[in-house]
Amino acid sequence: MKGKVMSYPVEQNEKFAAYAHPERLVSTEWLAAAVESGAVSSGQLVVVESDEDVLLYETGHIPGAVKIDWHTDLNDEVTRDYVDGAAFAELAASKGISRDSTVVIYGDKSNWWAAYALWVFTLFGHHDVRLLDGGRDKWIAEGRELTPEKPAPARGEYPVVEREDAPIRAFKEDVLAHLGKPLIDVRSPEEYTGQRTHMPAYPEEGALRGGHIPTAASIPWARAAAPDGTFRSREELDALYLGEAGLTEGDDVVAYCRIGERSSHTWFALKFLLGFETVRNYDGSWTEWGNAVRVPIVKGAERGSFPVPVGA
Amino acid sequence: MMTTQALPSALAAIVDDFQALTEPERLQLLLEFSQGLPDLPDRLKDHPELLEQVVECQSPLFLTIETERGSGSVRLYFKAPAEAPTTRGFAGVLHEGLDGLSAEEILSVPDDMPELLGLTRAITPLRMRGMTAMLGRIKRKVAASTAVRS
Repeated sequence: MKGKVMSYPVEQNEKFAAYAHPERLVSTEWLAAAVESGAVSSGQLVVVESDEDVLLYETGHIPGAVKIDWHTDLNDEVTRDYVDGAAFAELAASKGISRDSTVVIYGDKSNWWAAYALWVFTLFGHHDVRLLDGGRDKWIAEGRELTPEKPAPARGEYPVVEREDAPIRAFKEDVLAHLGKPLIDVRSPEEYTGQRTHMPAYPEEGALRGGHIPTAASIPWARAAAPDGTFRSREELDALYLGEAGLTEGDDVVAYCRIGERSSHTWFALKFLLGFETVRNYDGSWTEWGNAVRVPIVKGAERGSFPVPVGA
Repeated sequence: MMTTQALPSALAAIVDDFQALTEPERLQLLLEFSQGLPDLPDRLKDHPELLEQVVECQSPLFLTIETERGSGSVRLYFKAPAEAPTTRGFAGVLHEGLDGLSAEEILSVPDDMPELLGLTRAITPLRMRGMTAMLGRIKRKVAASTAVRS
């Protein structure tokens, strides 16, 4: 696909130009103009809403947008894995998406589920998929149009493409082999230290141990987002990831959270905004690592070291 | 499989409504319940500290109960943002099904009642956990207030 002309023009603006891959973002103004021009209703541009709340799209969405639910559409119902090539092709086609479509994804909560959906599209090598900077909340805050009307897009033509996990997805074994290279833990500080309290009669959130993967830097995902849900500027992101987390250009990085959704947001920032070539999202994340037998963990605010001293 | 026989009548009627529908229609009905959830009365609106957060819900959900003197009816109050229609919908179901019942009636509701709505596949088990937690929290608060009174 290299060198292929993007099927829909890329937005040019000063903020995006500072990022490594400006073609991966669009602004609300740009999308509003595209909706206005009829590009969405004609299917030239496909807008996808992907939220944490499975009913939020139904309450009102960007005119012409289709819905993709991270859980019911993208996850396999039986195996803890993503859908396969055939299921993805069917999903895409049913939403009016063809292999060469330009897809703009947006969602609630500063786009974390949208970033997760974009990451899954990338597992299938979808070439032109972008995020709406600021997501659903910014669109609404600006008083832009919403409609509960569900579009009936003409079926897209999507070939069965097998997922290529290796470049952007890390499994537990990959993370064990990666120890010693940079890791970013994007969960809250309480989850990172393992001190998240567990009150009487409150079930714990599905992990037997609290803490983090040895050597992981704690950079909660939301720090990459401004209060309006847009991504922080290039300068701010550099300060966060190159400064505070201590990454250096060319690093091989793995990001994780609890199930891989919040870390998709960080993955997007590292991969497309800062331009790290090798960034993988560990979707097993803490719900796997915190339950796995005999994997090393570190408790407390220190990053810890690897190998973990014997008897520690 | 549980039946609706053991449920208080209002809740049993809601469960029957859900069960009679197809999956997409059930989601639509849940959306209607989210729109029907009453606002908090002013005295609670101004006192968020009187409500407790149910942390298992993916979105912020706060609730409290009050027992009416004399009748012993339990009143339920919920607060959930409009951006969380699924959570609001669950709250709406519990409000319509349980508000005004006696403590005994509420305590008799099986903990896994939410499973009867037939939403688990469409909503996913992860999201259903929030609803089960909401019911559990209501029952614990009712049990605690009953213990205090007796």
